[in-house]
Amino acid sequence: MGAYIAKRLLAMIPTLLGVAVLIFLLLRVIPGDVVEARYLAQGSQFQSQELMDQERAKFGLDQPLWKQFADWMGGLARLDFGVSMWTDGPITQEIKLRFALSLQLALMASTIASCLAIPLGILAAVKQDTWVDYAVRVFTIAGLATPSFWLGSLMILAMLVVFKWVPPMVFTPLWVDPWQNLQQLAWPALAVGYRYCAVGTRMMRSTMLEVLREDYIRTARAKGLWAKLILTRHALKNAILPVLTVISTEFAFLLGGLVVTEQVFNLNGLGMLFVEGISHRDYTLIQALVLLVATTFLAVNFLVDIAYAWIDPRIHYR
Amino acid sequence: MIESRWLLALVAIASLAVPCVSQAQQPHYGGELVFPVPSEPPSYDGHREETFGLIHPIAPFYNTLLRVDPNDKLGTKPYPSLAESWSVSPDGKTYVFKLRKGVKFHDGSEMTSEDVKASYEKIIFPAPGVGSSRKGQYVDVESIRAPDKYEVQFKLKHASGSFIASLLSPYNFIYKAEILAKDPHWYEKNIMGTGPFTFVEHVKGSHLVGKKNPNYWDKGKPYLDGFRAIFIRDSAAQVAAVRGERAQIQFRGFTPKDRDNLKAALGDKITVQESPWDCILMVGLNHKVKPFDDARVRRALTLALDRYEGSKALSQIAIVKEVAGVQVPGTPFATPPAELAKLAGYWHDIEKSRAEARRLLKEAGVPEGFAFTFTNRGTPMPYEPLGVWLIDSWRKIGLNVTQKVVESAAYFTPLRKGDTQAFMDFQCGYIVEPDLDTYKFLSSSRNPANYGFYEDPVLDALYDKQSQETNVEARKKIIRQFEKRVLDEQAHYLMTLQWHRIIPHSSRLHGWTVTPSHYLNNTLDTVWLSP
Amino acid sequence: MAAAPHTVDDLAGADAARSGWLHVVARFVRQRPLGAVGAALIVLICVVGAGAAWIAPYDPLANDYGSMLAAPSAAHWLGTDAFGRDVLSRIIYGARTALTVGVGASCIGATLGSLIGLSSAYFGGRIDLLTQRVMDVFFAFPVIILALAVVAILGTGAGNVILAIATPMVPRCARVVRSSALSVREMPYVDAARASGFGHGRIILRHMLPNVMAPILIMATAFLGEAILLEASLSFLGLGVQEPTAAWGLMLRGAAVEFAETAPWMAIFPGLAISLAVFGFNLFGDSLRDALDPRLRTQ
Repeated sequence: MGAYIAKRLLAMIPTLLGVAVLIFLLLRVIPGDVVEARYLAQGSQFQSQELMDQERAKFGLDQPLWKQFADWMGGLARLDFGVSMWTDGPITQEIKLRFALSLQLALMASTIASCLAIPLGILAAVKQDTWVDYAVRVFTIAGLATPSFWLGSLMILAMLVVFKWVPPMVFTPLWVDPWQNLQQLAWPALAVGYRYCAVGTRMMRSTMLEVLREDYIRTARAKGLWAKLILTRHALKNAILPVLTVISTEFAFLLGGLVVTEQVFNLNGLGMLFVEGISHRDYTLIQALVLLVATTFLAVNFLVDIAYAWIDPRIHYR
Repeated sequence: MIESRWLLALVAIASLAVPCVSQAQQPHYGGELVFPVPSEPPSYDGHREETFGLIHPIAPFYNTLLRVDPNDKLGTKPYPSLAESWSVSPDGKTYVFKLRKGVKFHDGSEMTSEDVKASYEKIIFPAPGVGSSRKGQYVDVESIRAPDKYEVQFKLKHASGSFIASLLSPYNFIYKAEILAKDPHWYEKNIMGTGPFTFVEHVKGSHLVGKKNPNYWDKGKPYLDGFRAIFIRDSAAQVAAVRGERAQIQFRGFTPKDRDNLKAALGDKITVQESPWDCILMVGLNHKVKPFDDARVRRALTLALDRYEGSKALSQIAIVKEVAGVQVPGTPFATPPAELAKLAGYWHDIEKSRAEARRLLKEAGVPEGFAFTFTNRGTPMPYEPLGVWLIDSWRKIGLNVTQKVVESAAYFTPLRKGDTQAFMDFQCGYIVEPDLDTYKFLSSSRNPANYGFYEDPVLDALYDKQSQETNVEARKKIIRQFEKRVLDEQAHYLMTLQWHRIIPHSSRLHGWTVTPSHYLNNTLDTVWLSP
Repeated sequence: MAAAPHTVDDLAGADAARSGWLHVVARFVRQRPLGAVGAALIVLICVVGAGAAWIAPYDPLANDYGSMLAAPSAAHWLGTDAFGRDVLSRIIYGARTALTVGVGASCIGATLGSLIGLSSAYFGGRIDLLTQRVMDVFFAFPVIILALAVVAILGTGAGNVILAIATPMVPRCARVVRSSALSVREMPYVDAARASGFGHGRIILRHMLPNVMAPILIMATAFLGEAILLEASLSFLGLGVQEPTAAWGLMLRGAAVEFAETAPWMAIFPGLAISLAVFGFNLFGDSLRDALDPRLRTQ
C-alpha cells in the first residue's frame, strides 16, 4: 500500500511540471503583456517607450524564456510564489481571500449536489423506465442544459422583482458573520449545485443500474428480503465509488471554473481573478492560480485513488 | 486673457439644462458614503496610473495644487486648492503660486513648497525607473523653483494657453518631498497625503475605506465621517447596490435604463444629475490600407451615418447622446448645431446623404458588397451598441462589414501595428480644452497615438494657430476650420456620438455637482449626507 | 451464409435488414420515449438552422429604430431587441450558429481525441504513458480557463471559438476512447490483422475505430450539448461570437440583462433556446448510451 501511495505521488510531479510549462508558454503566446495592458489600454497620448522598457525589465520580461521559467521554478522551490505583475503585491495575499470564497462556494455546492444526487440517482435506478425515472432524468438533464449564468440572472431578477431584495455586495467570511455570508453565497451555491447535482445523479443512476444487474443481486432478490437488504447495501458501496470520483473531480474544477457565475453574482472569487489576470496579462498571478487549481485537482484525484485502492485491494497490484 | 475663457464658460452654463441638486440646505455632519467602483487601481500612485479606478477611491486622501471648481457644471473653472492664488508674468512664461499655510500631511508634518516641487518634479522630470503617465503633457515646462516656503514658480519655455488647465489634472497628487527623496516608489503602495480623509484599509478585490481627517486645512470640512469604495465589476450589481440602498452613488455613470429603473423603484429617494461627457468614440480609418487612403471613400463612410436618428435611438439604450464635432456640445468652442449640420455626415437629409455616399463609392471604384473589417474594443458600453449601429448604417450603402472585437487590454496593439482597416478609437479628457481634445487628430509624425497613420500639414498648421491664438472669437473660427478639414473635407476620423453622463444618486447625498468628466469632483470634501 | 457478427454495427445491421429502419425507429420511440423527445428536438433545431433563410420572418441583422424593445406581438412573435431586431429571426439564425459551433467543435474535438486515444491504446508502452501524461496536463485545467486562454491567443470570432471549445474536449475524448480501445486491442481480429502485415494506420482506422464508435458517438452527442453551452458562456463574456451575428449566448448579454425587467423576452427566449437545444442533445445522448451499452438494457 505504501509503495502504491508513493508511486501515485511521484506520478503527480511530471503532470504538475507539464501544467507549469504549458501555462507558462500559453501565457507568453497571448499577444500583449502587463506593461502594455497598464500603459496602453487607456490609449494615452503620452506614452513613453523607455518607461515601458524599464517596467519590463523590472518583471524580467526582457529575459530569455528559459531564464524566466527557471526563476519562477526556483522561487517555487523556496515556496516563494512571487508578486503579482499588476499590483506588485504578494500573490499569496491576492489569492487568500478569493480562495476562501471559492472554496466555500465549492463546498456548499458539493454538499447540495451530493445530498440530492445520491438519493435521486438510486431512486431513478431502482425505478428504471417508470415515470419516476423519467421525472428524475428530465430534472437532471434540465440541470445540465440550463446555462448557469441564465439561471443566476433569473434568480437575481426574481428576488429583486418579487422580494425587492438584493444579496450582500461584499464577502464576509463565514467565521465573521455567518448570516451575512450565507445570504450572499446561498444563491450561487444553489445555481451551481443544481448543475453539479445533475452530473452526480446521472453517474449514480448508471452505476446503480450496472450493479443491480449483477447476478448476486438477482439471487438475493430471489432469496428474500434480508439477503436483499444486506446485498443491496453491498451493491451501494460499490456503486457509490464512481459517483464520489465524479463529484470530487467536479469539485476541483469548481475552484477556478466558475467564471461566469461569479460575474453574474458579483462574487470576488478565483474565477474573476483568472479573467482579470488574463486581461491584465498578469503572468505570475495566472501561473500561480493555474498551479493551485491543478494541484487541487491532482490531490483530489490522488485521494480518490487511494480510497479506491484501500476499498478494493486488487487495484494497486495492477 | 485666460480668465476671459473661464468667464465665457460660466455664461455657457445655461445651455446645459440639468436637473437641480437640492440647494442651500445646511450641511449635516456625519455618515459614511458608500459607492461602487467598477475597477480597482493597480497601485496608489496617481502620477503613474491613468484609470478612474484610481481616482474614485484614492483622490479623497490627497490634494492637488489647483483643482476644478467643484460647483462648476462645465468642469473648466480653476479653483484654489493647496495654492491660494496664482499669477502669470507678462511674457506668459513664469507662473507663481502662493501656497496655503498650515496645511498638515496625515502624519502631522507641514506641507511646504518643497513638497509641491518634489511632486511635480516626479511628474515632469521623473527619475529613471519611476513611471509618470502625464510627462508628455508638460514638455513646455523648463524648471520648477521653490524660492520661498510658501511659493512655487513654474518656468515655461514659451507661453502656453493651456498650462493652467494642465495643472488641473486630478491625478497630480501632492506627495511629501521627504518620502519621495528616500523612496520614489513609496506612494505606489502607500497612501499619505493632505486630503480630507485618511486611509483605513484596503481589502483587495473587495473594498477600500477612508475616515475623516480631523486636522484638514479646510476648517469645517469634510462633512462625512468616512467613505467606503466597494469594487464591483458587474454594472448590474452596481445598480443593484444603489437600488438596494446599500450604496449612495456611482461616480462614473449609469445607462439610461439603469436611471429609469432606479427612478421607478425608488422615486424621490433618487436624484438624477446629467451632463454631456468629455468622452467620445470615433471611427478611425487606416490610411495605409486601400481604399481608405481615398478621401472619397472616407467621406462616404461618414455620410452613411444618420447621427440624428442614432442619437435619438441609442440614447435610450447606451450612454451616448449628443451629436458632436470635435468639442463637447455646449462648451465654449463647440460648433453650434446649425453650423454643424453643414458638415458631411451631419446633414439632416439622410437619404440625400446616403445617395451621395453611394455615388462617392462608385466614383472611387468600390464595388457593391465590398467587405472590410471593423476593429472594435471589447468593452460592452458603449462600444458594442455603437458597433452595431455603425455596421447597420454601412450596410445601408452596400458595404459588408464584419466586426473584429479585441479585448480591452490588448486593444491598442493591433492599432499601433497598423493591423486594421477601420477601427474604433476613443478620447476621454478630464477637462474640455481644444488643445487637449484636438491633439488626437494631428499627423502621425507629431502624434504617435494617431493610428490612422496620415500626414496632414494643413491640419497641423491649423492646430498650432488655434493654440497660440488668444482672442476667443478668432480662435473659434480657426477651430471651425480645423473641424471642417478633419471631419468633412478629409474625413480622417468619423465622430460618433458624444457620451452622456447620467448619475442617479441617493437624494440624501448633497454637495456634489456633475461635470463632463468622471475624473473630477472626487475629493469628497464638499459632500454631505442628510439623515 | 453471413459471417458471424463481430460488432454492434453488424448486429444492428442484421436486425435492421430483417425489420426495416422504420421499425427500428418505432421501437426506439416506444422503448425510449425520452430519447425520442431528444431526437425530435435535435431534428427541429437542424431543420430550423438549415432553413433559416426561408423560415425567419425578418433579416436578423436589420436594425429598426422605430420598434426598439417591442413586446411580443403579431408583427414580432417574440418581440424585438434593443436595436429593433426581431428576436424570433435572431433565434432562428442563432440555431445555425449554435449548430455550426457545436458540431464543428464536437467533430474536431472528438476526431482529434479519438485518434489520440486510439493511437495511445494501440501503441501502448512508452507512447501510451507519455500521451497519458500530456492529456493529464490538459485535463487539470478547468474547461473554461482553457477556452479563455485559446481565445486570448487566437482572438474572438466564430472560427476561433470552435477551436477554443474543441481544445478542452480533446483530452476528455481521448481518455474515454483509450479505455474502450484497450479492450478492443486484445481482440483476435486485431492480432490477425497485425499478423497479416497491415500498417498501423490501417489497423487503427479500419479495425479498431469501428468498435469504439459507440462510446465516440455517445461522447460526441454529449459534447455537442456542452459545446453549445460553452459557446453561450464565451459569448456572454464577450469573448465568443461577436455582434451583429445572431448567436444565443450573445443575445443574453448587454441589453438583455439591462432591460430584463421591462423587456424580459430578450433574456428569456434565447436562454430557453439554449436550454432546449442542450436538453435535446443530452436526452438523445443518454438514451443512445442506454441503447448501445448492453449492460444497461432493461430485461
